[in-house]
Formats: sequence, C-alpha cells, structure tokens
Amino acid sequence: MFSRRTIAAFLFTVTVALGVSCGKQETATPAGPVWKPSGNEGNVTGVISFTGAVPAPSKLDMSNDSKCEGENFLDDVVVKDGKLQNVFVYVKSGLPQAAFETPTNDVTLDQKGCKYVPRVLGIQTGQPLRIVNSDTTNHNIHPVPKVNREWNESQLAGQGPIIRKFSKPEVMIPVKCNQHSWMMAHIAVLSHPFFAVSDASGAFTIKGLPPGEYEIEAWHERYGAKTAKIKVAEKTDAKADFTFDGSVAYQPGSLKAQPAMMIP
Amino acid sequence: MSEEIQALPQIKKPATFIGKYVFSRDHKIIGLQYFFLALAAALAGTLMSLLIRLRLAWPQERWPLLEMIFPNGFSDGLMKPEFYLAMVTMHGTMMVFMVLSVAPQSAFGNYFLPIQIGAREMVFPRLNMLSFWLTFASFVVLIAALFVAGGAPIGGWTFYPPLSAIASAGPGQGAGADLWLVSIGVFCLAAFLGSINFIVTTLTRRTKGMSLMRMPLTCWGWFTTACISLLAFPVLLVAGLLLFLDRNFGMSFFKPAGLVVTGQVIEGGGGSPLLWQHLFWFFGHPEVYLVIIPVMGVISHVMATFARKPVFGHRAMVTAMLAIGALGFLIWGHHMFVSGMNPRLGLAFSVLTLVIGVPSAVKTFNWLGTLWGARIRFTTPMLFAIGFVSLFVSGGVTGLVLGQMALDMVFHDTYFVTGHFHMVMGVAAVFGIFAATYYWFPKMFGRMMNETMGKLHFWLTFAGVYAIFVPFHLLGIAGHPRRYADTLWFDFLKPLEPLHIFITIAAFVTAAAQLIFAGNFLLSLRKGARAGDNPWEATTLEWTVATPPPMENFAGRLPVVHRGPYEYSTPGAAKDYSMQTESLD
Amino acid sequence: MKICELKLVIHSPLPTPHSPPPLPTLMSRLLAIAIWLTAIVTAGLFAWSKWRLPESVAAHSAMIDHQFKITLAVIGVGFLLAHAALGYVVWRYRAKDGERASPSQGNARVEFILAGCVAVVFIALAITGQRVWARLRLNQAPPGAVQIEAVAQQFVWNFRYPGPDGKFGRTDPRLYRDADNSIGARPGPLGLDPNDPLGKDDIVTPTLVAPANRPISLSLLSKDVIHDFYVPALRMKQDAVPGMKINIHFTATREGRYEIACAELCGQFHHQMRAYLDVKSPRDYEEWLKKNGKQ
Repeated sequence: MFSRRTIAAFLFTVTVALGVSCGKQETATPAGPVWKPSGNEGNVTGVISFTGAVPAPSKLDMSNDSKCEGENFLDDVVVKDGKLQNVFVYVKSGLPQAAFETPTNDVTLDQKGCKYVPRVLGIQTGQPLRIVNSDTTNHNIHPVPKVNREWNESQLAGQGPIIRKFSKPEVMIPVKCNQHSWMMAHIAVLSHPFFAVSDASGAFTIKGLPPGEYEIEAWHERYGAKTAKIKVAEKTDAKADFTFDGSVAYQPGSLKAQPAMMIP
Repeated sequence: MSEEIQALPQIKKPATFIGKYVFSRDHKIIGLQYFFLALAAALAGTLMSLLIRLRLAWPQERWPLLEMIFPNGFSDGLMKPEFYLAMVTMHGTMMVFMVLSVAPQSAFGNYFLPIQIGAREMVFPRLNMLSFWLTFASFVVLIAALFVAGGAPIGGWTFYPPLSAIASAGPGQGAGADLWLVSIGVFCLAAFLGSINFIVTTLTRRTKGMSLMRMPLTCWGWFTTACISLLAFPVLLVAGLLLFLDRNFGMSFFKPAGLVVTGQVIEGGGGSPLLWQHLFWFFGHPEVYLVIIPVMGVISHVMATFARKPVFGHRAMVTAMLAIGALGFLIWGHHMFVSGMNPRLGLAFSVLTLVIGVPSAVKTFNWLGTLWGARIRFTTPMLFAIGFVSLFVSGGVTGLVLGQMALDMVFHDTYFVTGHFHMVMGVAAVFGIFAATYYWFPKMFGRMMNETMGKLHFWLTFAGVYAIFVPFHLLGIAGHPRRYADTLWFDFLKPLEPLHIFITIAAFVTAAAQLIFAGNFLLSLRKGARAGDNPWEATTLEWTVATPPPMENFAGRLPVVHRGPYEYSTPGAAKDYSMQTESLD
Repeated sequence: MKICELKLVIHSPLPTPHSPPPLPTLMSRLLAIAIWLTAIVTAGLFAWSKWRLPESVAAHSAMIDHQFKITLAVIGVGFLLAHAALGYVVWRYRAKDGERASPSQGNARVEFILAGCVAVVFIALAITGQRVWARLRLNQAPPGAVQIEAVAQQFVWNFRYPGPDGKFGRTDPRLYRDADNSIGARPGPLGLDPNDPLGKDDIVTPTLVAPANRPISLSLLSKDVIHDFYVPALRMKQDAVPGMKINIHFTATREGRYEIACAELCGQFHHQMRAYLDVKSPRDYEEWLKKNGKQ
C-alpha cells in the first residue's frame, strides 16, 4: 500500500495551492435595511470656485503613438470664469445605516483621442462600469486601488466594451493606461448615490438627500480635498460652495513631507 | 552456475488496484505514470503553442469559437496580448519542466534504469512514489494558474523580477504568479528527491559483473542527469521561495528601492533583480543539459542497436557526458551578457560556453562514427535517432553565435535565441523521446508499434520542425524580438509577417502529424503485433526479461553480467549480437 | 503463480526471428537525400535570404557584422560537413542480407585530433568575439560625448538631457508625474525636483534626439521592471534594470528617424513599447536644444 505520510504531503500541497488561489476572494457585505426615499429629501447644490493663477495648459507629447489623433493638452485643472471643473463632491459621513440599492444602469468611461472621458467619475458599489475604446489604437485600463481588487486589462482597437464592477467603497481610484502614460482618470466608488462631479461652470448637485447633518467632501486631483458640514432640512435644498486656491499646489508626497529616496 | 542464483527476500506485493497502479512503489508503474504525465503536459503545451502561433500569424483576426473556450483570453474574438503572454509563459513552463525534464529522465529512467543495471527495485521506492505524486501535484497547480483571477502569469518561464515580484505589474502577476511559484517549488522538490534515488540506485544496486563501464550509455545519462538535478533544482527551489516571500510576506530580495509601478510606489528596497537571474540561470543552464544528456544516452543506445555496431568510443561518450554535465554549471552567465552584469564577467562565461561545444562535438563525431561501417536497420526509432543528430547539429552550431558577447548583443532575446533552443533543446529532445518511445514500447506494453505509421510520423515531423524553426532564425537575424504579441506596431517588423504566417501553417501541420503518433500509440496498445522478449535483437538487460517485465523484474534471480553493453557484430560469434548476460565462452 | 505462467505461455508468441524493416535501400536513399536537402536549403536561407540584418547606422556595426560573417562561415562549414557525413553514412551503410557491421569500437587518435581541431576553432572564435566586445563595452565613452539618460517604464521611454550646465538635476521616485509629459513639465514623468537648481535646465522628452557623428553616452534606468534598450539600426541592446544605472555609448553616423524597441519582456504591451531615435545634423541638434531648453 502507500504511506499515509505521502498522502498527507500531497493533500498539504493541494491545500496550499487552493489557499493561494482562493485567498484573494472578496465579498461585498450589505449593511442595514434597504434604504427607501420618504419624500422629505432635499438637494445639495454648490459651485466650486478657483482663485490664483491658472496653470498654463501643457501640450502632451504623443509622438510615440501615431494613432493618437489630434492634439492633447493636460486637462487636470480646467477653469472657466474662475470656476473649477472635475471636482468630485460626495457625502463623506452622516448617512443613516442602510443599504442603498445598486443602480443597474452603467457608467461609461470612454477612451477618445488617447484621453479618458470623463476624467473624474463616481460610481456605486456593484454598479456596472462600461469601458469603451473609441480610438483606433490599443489601450489598457489599469486601476490601482488600495481597497478594491486591482485589475489590468487591455482593450484593443475594435474591441467592444468591457464591463467591470467595484465591490467596495473607495475614494479615489486612479486609473491609468500604461501604453499612454499621460492618460489619467479617477474613479470614486461609493456605497450610496450621493455624489456629483462639478461641470464646466463649476456647479454640482447632489440629489435626494434625506434630512440630517452631513460632512461633505470636495476632492480635486491636484489640490486635494476640502470638507464642509451642511444641514439638510425637510424638502429644502442646502448650499455648499468650495474654493480651491491655485497658488498652493498640492503635490502627492511632497519633498518636505517625506524623506527623499535615493536610487543607487 | 549456482552462484548466479541469489536468494532474495520477497517483496510484499500490493493487493489492491490503488496500491498497484495509483500509489505504486514499483519503478515501472511510476515510470509509466511519469510518461503519461509528460504526454498530457505535451498535449497541453502544444495546444498553447498553437494559440501563440494564431496570434502571431493573424493578430487582428477574430476567433469567436476560441472565445467560448477561453472567455477571459479573448474579447470580441480578439486575442488579448496578456493572454498571448500567459500562453507563452505556460507553454515554456509546461514544456521545459513537465515534458522535457520528466519524459527522458523520470519516465524512461525510472522504468529502465533498475532493469538495465540488474536491480529489482529502486533503493527508495516510497521516495520514488512521493516524487511522482509531488510532480503530479505540481502539474495540477500549474494548470490551476490558468483559471484564477487575472489568468496565468505573463512574465515568461524565466520569471524575471520585478515584473514577477509585483502583483500590479501586469495581469496574471497576482494569484497566477503565486500558483506558478508554488508549482515550480513543488516540482523542484520532487526532482531533487528523485535524483537522490537515481544516484543511490546506480551506485549501490548494480548486479554482479555490472561495472560502471559496462553500464549502457542510457544509465550513464540518467546518472549524470541525476547528479545535475541534485545540485541544480535546490537552487531554483530557494530562489522561488525567496520570490514567494518577496511577493507575499513583504520581503525584498529582488526589489530595489524606489520602484514605481503604474504610479504607485512599491514598498521595500535593497534587493537586486540580477540576483534572481544569477540564481535562476545557475539552475536554468544545467537544466538544458539535464534535458539533453539522458536523451543523448537514449540516442547512443538506440543507434548501437540498429547500426548493429558497438558505440564508437564508449569511454569518450561517457567522458563527454560528464564533461558537459560539469561544464554546464559554469556557463550560466551567457544568458546575462546584456543584463547589466559587469561586461568583464562575460569574458569567462563566453570562453567556457564555446568550450562546452567541444564535448558536444565529440558526441556528434561518435554518433557518426557509430554509423560508419554500420549495417543500419531503418526502424522508426532509428529514424528519430538520426533525425536527432541532424537537429542537434543544426541547433548546436547557432550556439557559437550566441556564445559571443558582441553577437549576443545583436541576437539576445530575438527569435534567433528562440530558434536555437527550440532546435537543440526542444525538438531534438522530443526526437529523443520519440525514439525512446518507439524503441521501448514493445518492452513496456508487450506489443510493437506500427512501422508504417511511425515512419509517416517521422517524415512529417522532421520536415515540419525544420520548416518551423529555420525561419525562426531568419526572424531573429532581421531583429524580431521574442515574446512580441504581434508585428503591427513596429515598422521594422511589418515585412516579417509572411514568415510568421508560414511558420504558423507549418506548426499546425506538424502538430496534426502528432495525431498519427497518438493514433499509432493507442492502436498499437490494443492491436499491435505481439513483441517477443527481444524484438530488436539488442544486448542490454532489459531485453533479457519477460515482456512486459514482471514485478521485481528478474523473477527472483538477478542476472550476472559478462560483457559490455554494446557487443554487436562480434567477429566469430554465432549471432550478430551478444547479450550482456551471455558468458564469454 | 502457475496461472500466471500459463497466461504468459498462451499470450506471448513464439519469439519471431527478426525481420529487418522493408525497403532498406529506399529508406536509406530517401533519408540521405532528405538530410542533404535540408542542410543545403537551410544554409542557403542563411546565406541568401531576403531576411537579413537590419540596416545599421552605428559606427561600430562593421566590426560586429564582420564577426558575424566569420562565425556564420565557420558554423556553416561545420553544419554542412556534419550533414554531408550524416547523409553519407545513411546512404552507404544500410543493412544488407547476411552482412555484418564492422566491429570497430572507436579510434581514440582520430577522436583526439578532431576534438583538438574543434577546440582550437571554437576558442579562436571566442577570442576574436571578445575583442569586438572589448572595443564596444570595456571602455569609457570618449570625452566630449553627449550625455543622455534613458528612463524606461511600462511601456514608455523617456530621455533626459542635462541642459547647458551639463549636469543632471536630482530626481525622486515619489515625484513621478506621468500625467504631464510635456517638455519642461516639473516634476514630469521623471520626478525632477523643482527645488534643485541643477535640474532647472534639464530637458525631458519621449524621443531620443541625437546629433550625428558624435559619440553618445547613454545611461539606462528603469522605473518599474526590467526593460531593454534595443535599436535594431544600432546593432545595440542593453537591459535597463531598476536600481541600476548602466552606461553604454555609441555613435550614429546617419541622420534619420529610427525605432527604439524594448527587448526584455516587461508586461502586456511589451510589443508596443516604442520610441524614436531622431538623429539630427549637429546644427539641427543644437537648434533643437535651444528651442526646447529655454523653459
């Protein structure tokens, strides 16, 4: 016959293998009862203003891919008449303990002219993200989350949409294309629907917020986050304006904050 | 004659089916288990290579049917580059580890080494069983890597960090890469344990009269290879372990400071990517010889049988094998001429690399010398053996180009390299495996394989591999880097597309020709002509035992050896071959 | 036990006398011709095919091409001789009824002589090859060479020029900012420290612009994984390894735009990692420097 020790060794190996392969599974956990609007909700509206000098739009060098058509300018800071676009505003805390229904309609992230459209977007957990490649070149979509599972998938020219979902709330997830290093988008994943992105006139509206006190955060990829406390009364709109100062440029991990790292 | 009969303790025979055929301790069953494992892996590896070829020949074609089989590898019928790279990685791993390291050594070695040296069993039969089941587990884990999130790893079979050390560096570099490392670690352990068994058995269990120089060259091949395995596999095991720690436990053996992948700073620092390359190739280059040396033994063995001649320069053959085995440990650096290793270090590696060509050339002379003045019987195994010599020369000579640093700088990581090692290590070894299969099939299964189908198989395969791999060299000369998913992006690659299409067609034809082998194999298992104990009129001990060999091989009596392994056409003898057991008078 | 033996008796046929495979002459002729034909076609493809070494603009390429030709000739001779001999023995020494093979066990003298000849040829090749390598890589770039830094990342090349001060500014991996790769961007994709005065005049561009007929000293760096700086038109290849700075030097002799590829597997778009080497006349090069270095 065969020795038990051998079988044990074999089973151990298989277990280790399965453990490795299954260890990275994750499950979304719903919290509390399903939330239903009561009819007393109000909206939060506001405008994002910008002070200071607007950075000159720098022209990106796309010469290594001739299929990237047209010209492309860095558009992380888009200011029109002193109002700032692409600021992500959302309810950070204060919501009732409830599970919010997952919308079935998808959110689209397009790749057009070697650029993400839109640059900043919000999505709910479990909501389908529809990624489209309108270019004649190949892209890869590489979100680098800290909480959600990381993935990286290429989308070739002529390939149909990719549908993906995020299972955990996370603000913000940077999205990059490694082929076109300048391409950059930010995705915010929230467990609730109370978020908005400021438009070309700097305005935003968060709709249908139940009465209560909230902490609201406005986030910009270059200038960081600002928070404000607001109160929504029954069937009343609340106002929340934010101002970003262009003269204090936010740099992730600036030299002062972190010790410099030397590459030998 | 009475001293020839030795009283032997009875080995307890397994009673159940599982004990007999699944968790068997009989070296012959284990050999067959390894053999069928290698066949399964070869099938998987070949299918992967065909997928690779499809992408290279028609990169923009849509394959909706394949998408149904591999929903994650294709999108709208287009093969994704990450799937292509996963196939490249898995094809290489599957072929190098599960086929080429298993079939010549573990499969045929296990089956025939004890019989050829006149032993009843391996010294450590349980260890042998453990080796097989660990190898099997490693195979299962490797296949599992195809089905995890992100798919199989895309880092190539050489698995260079930091690409393989960082999960976010590419699709498949997450769970798939972990599984790959586990699989290879387990495989190394199994090969290491197996090699101990081979060495001890060869040294202690030779029967009376079987001096080392009377051992057939096959046994010398397996013995040399076992010595290489003993020294090489632990190195890869340790390297794999370190990389696993890097990936999962925050260590940093291979990651330097300041890595930034897709905008994210990677923690750690102080490691060296070159350390992996040194460790990997310290295993990886001997691995090449670990594949080819047992095959060389088989080729000499088959060739002597069908040339009806003693092997030319038996002692030189043994010396050359040992020299190749030893020198094989000193030339790993030729994989790293442009890796950033000190360019002065390359000088020594380059000279030694060209020096190892000398024993290889000696072996080639001796094969030609064996055929010189022979009376060749053109059986299928002999055709494959002759084909092997041709491929070994064709693949070997390009090594002289790659062994020179200045030229390696031009051809490094191009199809020239791919063509070189596919010729000399890939298909040459596969020809050896085919020769061994056709040669020993009658002994293993008691029936002859069909000669007509065998010959057809040889002709198509011989023509096919040249049609596939000679154009590889041309692609390399034109500068085509390997592991490129298509030729669409670079202007200097676009004119090379017709060659890719030609290679792909040749590859499909050659792969289809292997169906003849599969058919022949299955048909002969059931319907083949009954083989006698010694259908080829050969001399070594495996042909003295019953067909198929019984448990304990020699039915209670160990043979006594009186002669060298290849006494063919001895003047004055009654027959043109003298078995090793025949007494001299 | 008895039943077993009985079975064996029933099943195993009488040991049939060996019948050599049919048509030995045809087989031997066919195989010999196949071997010769394969060798001739293969050698012919190497010698005269339309797939050749790419056109080179590097000053050192003649040296490499010469060594390649010598090596090809040597291995070509070896390859053809081996196949001629293999075909010959296959043609000549087929099995014939009632004839026995020669019982020769070998000839140590022939073996030693042949092994000696091979060893001499191989070692001579190794030594001549090393001389080429030594002239390429075992020396420093000549003084006055143009200093450029090449930084690889998945799947992009960036090149940095020290500017008029001839010195590179400090960089920091924590400052990498891929989103803005325009010329003059700070910190830009290479993480230039905006506070370092040496870095103020550095130029960072995704195209390698180089003057013709002047030695270029290129330092290779990588941000993430191992890449390989490969320019088919320069007969040049060198890994860019993260954590290491590897120096190579070359001289491009002809103006034009040539492709730079990556030759070390670096990820899913390894096959698309392209940049251009733009070789300009010295005057155009100076102009280009002036135009882009102002910022």
